[in-house]
Parts: sequence; C-alpha cells; structure tokens
Amino acid sequence: MASRKRMSGAEIVIKALVDQGVEVVFGYPGGAVLPIYDAIFQQNQIRHVLVRHEQGAVHMAEGYARSTGKVGVVLVTSGPGATNAVTGLTDALMDSIPVVCLTGQVPTHLIGNDAFQECDTTGITRPCTKHNYLVKETDALARTIHEAFYVASHGRPGPVVVDLPKDIQFADCPYTSPESVKPATYRPATKGNTDSIAEAIDLIAKAERPIFYGGGGIINAGPAACKKFTDFVRTTGYPCTLTLMGLGAYPASDKQFLGMLGMHGTYEANLAMHQCDVMVAIGSRFDDRITGRLDAFAPGAKIIHVDVDPSSINKNVKADIPIIGDVGHVMGQFTNAWKKRVKRRHNGKAIDTWWKQIDQWRSRDCLAYKKDDEVIKPQYALERLQALTADRETFITTEVGQHQMWAAQFLKFEKPNHWMTSGGLGTMGYGFPAALGVQMGHPGKLVVDVAGEASFMMNIQEISTAVQHHLPVKVFILNNQYLGMVRQWQELLHGGRYSESYAEALPDFVKLAECFGAVGLQATKPSEVDDVIKEMMATDNMVIADIRVDQKENCYPMIPSGSPHNEMILGSEAKAESSGGITEKGKVLV
Amino acid sequence: MAKKATPKKKASRAKSGSQPGSAYFMVDADNRVERHTMAVMVVNEPGVLARVIGLFSGRGYNIESLTVAPVTENEDMSLITIVTSGTPMIIEQIRNQLDRLIPVESVKDLTIDGPHVERELAMVKVVTKAKSPDRTEILNLAEIFGAIVVDTTTRSFVFAMTGLPDKVDSFIGLMRELGKTEIARSGVVAIARGA
Repeated sequence: MASRKRMSGAEIVIKALVDQGVEVVFGYPGGAVLPIYDAIFQQNQIRHVLVRHEQGAVHMAEGYARSTGKVGVVLVTSGPGATNAVTGLTDALMDSIPVVCLTGQVPTHLIGNDAFQECDTTGITRPCTKHNYLVKETDALARTIHEAFYVASHGRPGPVVVDLPKDIQFADCPYTSPESVKPATYRPATKGNTDSIAEAIDLIAKAERPIFYGGGGIINAGPAACKKFTDFVRTTGYPCTLTLMGLGAYPASDKQFLGMLGMHGTYEANLAMHQCDVMVAIGSRFDDRITGRLDAFAPGAKIIHVDVDPSSINKNVKADIPIIGDVGHVMGQFTNAWKKRVKRRHNGKAIDTWWKQIDQWRSRDCLAYKKDDEVIKPQYALERLQALTADRETFITTEVGQHQMWAAQFLKFEKPNHWMTSGGLGTMGYGFPAALGVQMGHPGKLVVDVAGEASFMMNIQEISTAVQHHLPVKVFILNNQYLGMVRQWQELLHGGRYSESYAEALPDFVKLAECFGAVGLQATKPSEVDDVIKEMMATDNMVIADIRVDQKENCYPMIPSGSPHNEMILGSEAKAESSGGITEKGKVLV
Repeated sequence: MAKKATPKKKASRAKSGSQPGSAYFMVDADNRVERHTMAVMVVNEPGVLARVIGLFSGRGYNIESLTVAPVTENEDMSLITIVTSGTPMIIEQIRNQLDRLIPVESVKDLTIDGPHVERELAMVKVVTKAKSPDRTEILNLAEIFGAIVVDTTTRSFVFAMTGLPDKVDSFIGLMRELGKTEIARSGVVAIARGA
C-alpha cells in the first residue's frame, strides 16, 4: 500500500527498517549515504553503532544476528565502504547468517562513469551475497528493502546487499508496508516429503550403529528447532555429534553427545562417523573439514540428509534419503512419525554394543594435554574460563586458528546462539567485532571473544567502537606470538620451517587497552589465570586479557588433510598408541 | 554415487588412486560426462544473466552454449537455454544451484524431464573465387541441408540454416572444404514435446 504522505528516500529507508523490527544498525557514514545519516540523526527508534572499519560492521551484524536470531543490519557508503564490507558479506554467506547491508551509491546518472567513490557494488558483491539489488527507481525503494529482509531471513539465510544511489535517497518516494511484499520467484521449502520421512524413520529404527550429525542449519532454524532435535535424539538414545557451526544445538553435557567432529573433532565422534551404519545429517553440509578423505568417508553408512537448501544435498556425499525442508518442521515430522511407527524396536542389543564401542573410544581421552606448572597451556586457560563462567550466561565468539579449535573442544555449549565463530570462510578478525554485535543484542550479559593475538590485530581498531558505545566485551587472547595454526602445519608438513608465522613487535596489550580507555590484564603463569578471569568478569568495561600461553602447543586430535576419519593424529597425552601421518597428496590440500 | 559403492568396489578405487580425497580434487565415482540441456526461466531484470554466468564460472561448470530472450507476453520473464556437460552429480548440482538464485523461477533439465526438441540457428558465409565451379556444388549441398540463401554476391553466399548442432557442424564442415568461411551460431534453443 502506498501511504498518503510521501517521504524522501532516506526517510523511507528508516521507516522500512523500523517496520522490519530493526533496533540497531552497524555502519560508517560517507558521501553517498549522507541523506540516510541525516534521517538517522532525526529519529530515536534505531540505534546506530559507529564502527571503525566496514568489515567490522558486517561482523558485528553477524554476531548480533547469530546471538539474537534477528537480521543484522549494516549501513556503509559507496566505493571503499562497499568493498571493505566484502569480507564480512562472504563470511555471512559461507555461514548462512541473515544480514542486510545497505550501501550508498553515486547518483543514478553517474553510475558507470567512474565517479568519485564509485564501484560496481552489485557486480562485486554478486558472488558473495545470497542476493543483491540496485534500486534505480523511487517506486521500488521500500519494496526492495522489505524483499531484502525476506530473502535474508527465509530458507537458508544469507547476506543481502541493497545498493542505494544518492539521488534516490533524496527523491520523493512512496512507502510500501512489509506485509504486501514477497519475492515472486523465491519460495523455499519448509515441510519435508512425508514418504522420505517414513523411510528415514524406518532406517533409524533399524539402525545398529547410528549417529546423528548436526550442523549450523539447526541453529539457524531457531531455538525451537534445536529443542525438537534434542528431544528426538534423546528419544532414540543414539549418539550425537555436532559440527563447529552446530555447537549448542544439542547440550554439550548430555551423555549422548560425542563432542565436535571433523579435522579437530574428538576421537570418538570421528570414529563413530567412520564406522556408523546409519548417519542422520541434519542441517549440515559435509564440508571438507568434516569429511576428510571422501572415498573413505563413512564407508558403511546409509545417509539421511535433511537440509533446507537442495544444493547442499548430494554435493560432496551422496545421500540415500534426501529430505528438503526446514529443520524445525522436519524434526517435528520425525517426532510424529517416530511415535506412530516405532512400537517395538529390535536393535536394543546392537545399540548397547555400539555404545560400548563408543565408550572405548572415549576412554582414549583424546583431548588430554600435558599439564605444566610454569607455562600456561592454552587448553588450561580455556578449562579455567569454562569453569569460572559456568554459572553465568556467557556468549563466546572466536577468531580463527588454534584457539578457535581449542575453544570448540574445551568450552561447553548447552544452548544454541551462544557460540559465534567463523566456520566456512575462516575469517581472522571475525571474533572481536562479532562480540560487539552480540553485546549490542544482549546488554549486561558476559560476552567473551576467545582470540589469538594475530587474529585480534586484524580488527583491533574496533576497541574504539567498544569504548565509545560502552560495550564491555572481554577479549581473551591466547597469546603464543605465532600464527599458531600456520606454525602447526609448518611443523607437521613443512619440516618445521616457520616461514613468516612468528610475529615480532607485538604490542603491549595491557597498555594498548589503556590507551583506548579499556582495561588490560595479563597472565604469564598458570597460577595467575584464575585471578585474571575473575577480574575480567568483574570489570564493567571492555577488557583485553593477554594470556601468555605455551608457544609450541599443537591442537590435537587432528585429521591431516587427505586422510580418512580413522587416521587421526592424537596428542602425546592421549591414551594408547596411535599412528598417523600426512601423505604427499595430503600436503597439497588446505 | 560416491557413497553407495560396495566395499569391494571401494577398495579397488582407493588403490587406483583416482580419488585424491578432498572436495578440492573431488572426482565423481561415476565419471561419465553427460551433455544436458536446461531451460531456466528467470525474471527479466538487469544483472540476471550475469548471475547465471557467474555461477557457472565461479563453480567451474561448463557452458557449451547459452541463449537468452524474453518469452512472456509482457516481456517480464526471460528463458535461458543452457547446454552444459558434467557428471551426473555435477549436473544435479548445476540444477540446484541455478534454482537457488532468487530471480530464477524454474529450472528444467530437458534431458532428464522427457522428450524435447532442440534447434540451433547458424549463419554461414562462404567466400569463393568469382565464377568458381564450386559455387554450384555449394548450392547443391545447401539444398540438401535445407540451408536458405539470405545474401549473395558474385564471390560469396550467406546461408541461414537451423537444425541440431550435429547437422550444423556437418554443414559447416563441408563449406570449409569449399571456401573461406565465416560463421555465426545462435546456440541451442529447446522446448519440451507435447502439451
């Protein structure tokens, strides 16, 4: 419905955001978005967080979206504003995070003219967004913004860019309310095929060595879907593993939970995946970090694959029973079908044997590490962080590298939306801005960015944002002075030649925090770790906790690239012998 | 069918080393390369063709030919006909990936969906010496192939012909033997048979 009063394009943008329920926008002004910033100045419904770099804005929107389940909103200017946002948009695409990014553009008559701060935003962002729009007509403005929100949040979520030429922002535009807008050609499936579900339930009921393998799709489907998934897994009594993206979809403390799977997953999770006869993949996409060597992946398994995105199915691994639909709906259908169908199961004995086998794998204690009284082991620091934050609602974000994998292994997530990490793209510099976004969505809650010093340095400028907006996030740096994961691969694959993986001239993080008006803490001995964590938690300000950890610690278990699940390298402290190595072929893989 | 192979088959495949074992080097166990014709109905808006082509180049799929034109009465929808090739698993991916694009209304894999007809238009220019005896031969062959003369000079003909790509190839092959040629081809358009 076109409303009676005509407004400027910039006012339409704000009204559309308000009608979409947007409370906060992360952005950075510039020439091509000045009309929108002027409209922001004249209203009180939407808060604007001024970032220090546009990449940070997108990661903040991602953190906000992942922790609240709402769409994250970004506002940047044309040209460099848009290109700086590209890494964040790609990150959101790879991890299926709903983000709407509004970019300014030069006036329509200058498009294609190499104007000042012009770039082909829709061309540049086409492969790194779920969809993008260039608004060239005033009539289309409101409708396009509403459609962007619909596309970002429906089906498999993702980032959407709306490019807004400056003349459109000034022009008189009619308003259209969100209810009347639905993209004509985008209709994602929600309900799964009933026959396939009956077939799947039959297979699950008869399984002898089953495993549930859940991914980020469950989290994206919402807390209710996670609950349905958890309930269903518990009804079956079968083991469950989660991907890096899926952590929190099933309670970590549950005895049916085997931990994370994949390259740095637990021994029991990967071995159970390798030897299962029925694999129930829910909202997971058989990423190469999960499958390892494909021709040796779960050789004896029948695979049930539930996903909202048909292109995820049969991409890397053939599914025997593909089910396309929203995880929440499909888990509801599973539960009903299970109740109706499974009166008496005959696989009880086989399941007991399966659990005995799994317990045997568990007894290897694959996450064990060598304790040390002098040097802080990164695993120890995380164990203490886990122990001391256990009774508080804590949101964790991470950067990318060894610390990320240790965080995934050692921190326990009982609920969805409390774990934000860059999984698909592996973006160093993600965690800190993401934590700021989380804190915006959850004032008063404890938000910790588990960081490496190198990753943190990639978006370190956002300390200024944190201080300006009173976002008391805690940056918990496991500082080993190395690009730890790079160093680990160089040790294992390149004869210990640590090419450019050591960072000299790191800042004094305590002084660094202080010069921005934040608080800096440091621990150099294991005995200091608890005090630092306690002080960090008690401080109502942004804190950088510089935890000086063992420089040479490696992250185990590890499935070397190009190896199957049953050829893991375990740490020296894991029980009993294990063999493992990297083949020549494996070396060329990333 | 990377997953459903029997253990015996699996062992032999692992030995042959044809599967280097990562998504980056993934070899479809069933590596028959098939040629498929797809009809993709899209919203007729700026950038939609770039989305489709970008998808193919970005994911490393083949395009053998691609044609596009608006086909609805009010010109709001366009039909893209794509001829592509790949293993069955890749073909399925192409279809699903296309379907995922927001302005794509439908994707039909005509090769799988049932009988369909395909045609390609070619314009073939043949240049000979003036009064060459080959000119008669050229006209005879053109008649056999149903090619129509759309332009002529004393030294050249331009033919228009339609047919399956194979037929077009044969005609072009013959013309190349008889003179200097210049070719323009439309790429394949296709439609399902029946009502």
